[in-house]
Amino acid sequence: MAEFINSFLFPDQPDHWIGVLITALIHVVMIINVIAVGALVFIWMERKVSGRIQDRLGPTRVGGKFGWLQTLADGLKLVAKEDITPGQADSFLFKLAPYLSFTASFCAFIALPFASGYSWSSGWAAREVNTGVFFVLAVLGLEVFGVILAGYASGSKWSLFGGMREAAQVVSYEVPLGLCVIIPVMLAGSMNLVTIGDMQEGLFTNWFLFHDPFTFCVFWVYFTCAMASVNRAPFDLAEAESELVAGFHTEYSGLRWSIFFMAEYGSMFLVSALAAILFFGGWNGPFPVFATLASALGWEAWPTTGLLGYVAGLAGVANILFKGVVGVTVMIWVRWTLPRLRIDQVITMCWKYCVPIAAVCFAGALFWQYNNIWFLNSLHPARSRAEVRENWSVNELQLLTPSALHEVGESDMAKGIENEAGGQI
Amino acid sequence: MATQIDDQRIIEFDVRTDEMLVNMGPQHPSTHGVLRLVLRTDGEIVSEVTPHLGYLHRCAEKIGENLTPRQWIPYTDRMDYLAGMNMNLGWALCVEKLLQHDLSEKAKHLRVIICEMGRIASHLVGMGAYGLDLGTFSPFLYAFRERERILDLFEEVCGARLTYSYITPGGATADLPKGWLQKCEQFLDQFQPIIAEYHALLTTNAIFIKRTCDIGVLTPEMAIDFGCTGPVLRGSGVDYDLRRDGEERYTEMYDGYAFEVICQKDGHYPKDHQYPAVPKDAVLGDCWHRFYVRMLEVIQSMDLVRQAMDRYSVASGDWGVPIKLATKLPPGDVYLETEAPRGQMGFYLVSNGGNIPWRVRARSSSFCNLSVCPEICKGVPIADIPAIVGSLDIVMGEIDR
Repeated sequence: MAEFINSFLFPDQPDHWIGVLITALIHVVMIINVIAVGALVFIWMERKVSGRIQDRLGPTRVGGKFGWLQTLADGLKLVAKEDITPGQADSFLFKLAPYLSFTASFCAFIALPFASGYSWSSGWAAREVNTGVFFVLAVLGLEVFGVILAGYASGSKWSLFGGMREAAQVVSYEVPLGLCVIIPVMLAGSMNLVTIGDMQEGLFTNWFLFHDPFTFCVFWVYFTCAMASVNRAPFDLAEAESELVAGFHTEYSGLRWSIFFMAEYGSMFLVSALAAILFFGGWNGPFPVFATLASALGWEAWPTTGLLGYVAGLAGVANILFKGVVGVTVMIWVRWTLPRLRIDQVITMCWKYCVPIAAVCFAGALFWQYNNIWFLNSLHPARSRAEVRENWSVNELQLLTPSALHEVGESDMAKGIENEAGGQI
Repeated sequence: MATQIDDQRIIEFDVRTDEMLVNMGPQHPSTHGVLRLVLRTDGEIVSEVTPHLGYLHRCAEKIGENLTPRQWIPYTDRMDYLAGMNMNLGWALCVEKLLQHDLSEKAKHLRVIICEMGRIASHLVGMGAYGLDLGTFSPFLYAFRERERILDLFEEVCGARLTYSYITPGGATADLPKGWLQKCEQFLDQFQPIIAEYHALLTTNAIFIKRTCDIGVLTPEMAIDFGCTGPVLRGSGVDYDLRRDGEERYTEMYDGYAFEVICQKDGHYPKDHQYPAVPKDAVLGDCWHRFYVRMLEVIQSMDLVRQAMDRYSVASGDWGVPIKLATKLPPGDVYLETEAPRGQMGFYLVSNGGNIPWRVRARSSSFCNLSVCPEICKGVPIADIPAIVGSLDIVMGEIDR
């Protein structure tokens, strides 16, 4: 894309920094819209779903029948509110904290692919990172700094409690979360989220969830840990309104408060989308519609290029959005059903249950993969499991050139390597 | 060169966290109004809790010394504002005792219907608010949904939804309206299966059990020593209920009614209904048992309402005409306690012969129940403070009066 822009501005310099900058800006604006609109929808959804769970209607007026503009009205109200910084607060850090929190949540979206590269070489991500899983988790982990900072800088004892709880809880849950995420990475042989998603192409039995009984188990551990690490009930101890008033955001009001909220809902969608990519086939639907279509039309090369590839990409985006939204809905559902755990119980659950279960699952999945035991995903294997693993190691070692791969006739691999070699956005 | 320290323990004991004094309340989401708890905390652990009262003091007792007994009825509503009917009853019975005023059978059964319905409504709030204290919002609305229907019934009876002033010395302000009993019956029939929902959402929920079992254990001896009453006392396994063990003037209302006092005797609760089993982690006198007793009392009260409706519809006599405002109170003093939803509610009245009492005092159950708080909150995490205070089910209006 940078080249495309530079072809207008600097035809002789395809890598000119202005083109790169403009490209980055476009990406940033798009991602910020994904998060902002996502938060808008999710907050509305939370209110509607909780309303239905609690035998009431939820918002019904703003924006027509379903009150779908309610969040926007709330947002306007929050913007119009007075910006209060408590006298006891550390003014600078107090103001910095929500942005820090939001930035972390936002940055993680950069590496999140929304579809495979059907028509172009790279996946539909702002920046396809070859260690995508690692990047997303690492950056998401930074969100905790904003919360701790808010707790510390507010100058309120309740906020301090909230911040300290967050520190204890989120840092603990990073461990089982990492252990859970390692399993799909191991199965795919790559940390690249696009590769991991592509590995699960074909029938839904190819999803890593159905790879073996251990991955099926570990998904639930992952989801639990993900809820804990994004501070959703029953693990919302950092804000625990019945104990700590509002925890780390007790002193926040107006826009700053809403930025915390946006970060929370952004992270919720992020971990759900990550779950979709790691366990639920990402952008691949339950049935390979487009691949079937392509073979029916007699197009041999799939993933195909051109219009069908583009449409397939859009369908992939719809798929992953749907899966992400389902994940968020489950989180909302859980929040409005269960009581909150106590802090020691939350930590106990992490170290005594989640970590051992995830570790056992890792060993089990390793055994399963190594011995190639039959399970659901052997029903309809779309492509050789070894293929991408090979690609990964070869890629790292730089042993084969793209042309050599073309000779072998494995176009996918060649494409992957070309992409790596090209390195454009 | 490294500094040499002879005794390593000096460092060990020097590295410690400071204690922090935290004000929980009077503006705090889970202190049930304007209770202020001063917590001395070391990290998450609370070493000392001091309740501070008085933020809702309205001089109700002093006002009672300037009004006739009937005029003071609305003030009793505002003491325990979640169980106004039961508070009305306490004062009405106290005044009737002084006047040696006896009621017809019908009036007594009417009072049983109304007061047991009031107990259901109050326990529903207690249950819902306890859910809030533990961080789940939905049971609160589930409870309020049913409570609304009780309030609708009360509204038909007396026109008010919260501060009823319905039961007055001499009887009640009006008879039950026509068709009310059918509506009440209908409500009870629809309410019965919903209780299973509450048990599923809270009583038997795994997280709820984790949060309440073996938390804030109140031994029977301690409960008696601190003067705890109501579900707090019975949750500790003490078999005491004023509806059975109270004064003649009060217990005669329940003469002939079949009911068992809800408390754990010989290792089990009364077996007249299908109740969820007691979890194995639960210790007698913990938060879970206090909550459970309330839930069972809801079923018990429904049973009592059904019995009372049967008796009411065939009873003779009138519904009890309120005493005149100018009724002279005979000189003397009376004290009478009734079993309100939160425990024993006592009223003390001294008269010097006028139509206005010379002295009025109230003994509130929540006040005594709250007094155990500093004892059972020692050494618990902060998160357990709302769980314990919530399980005592206090109402600040009653504590401060």
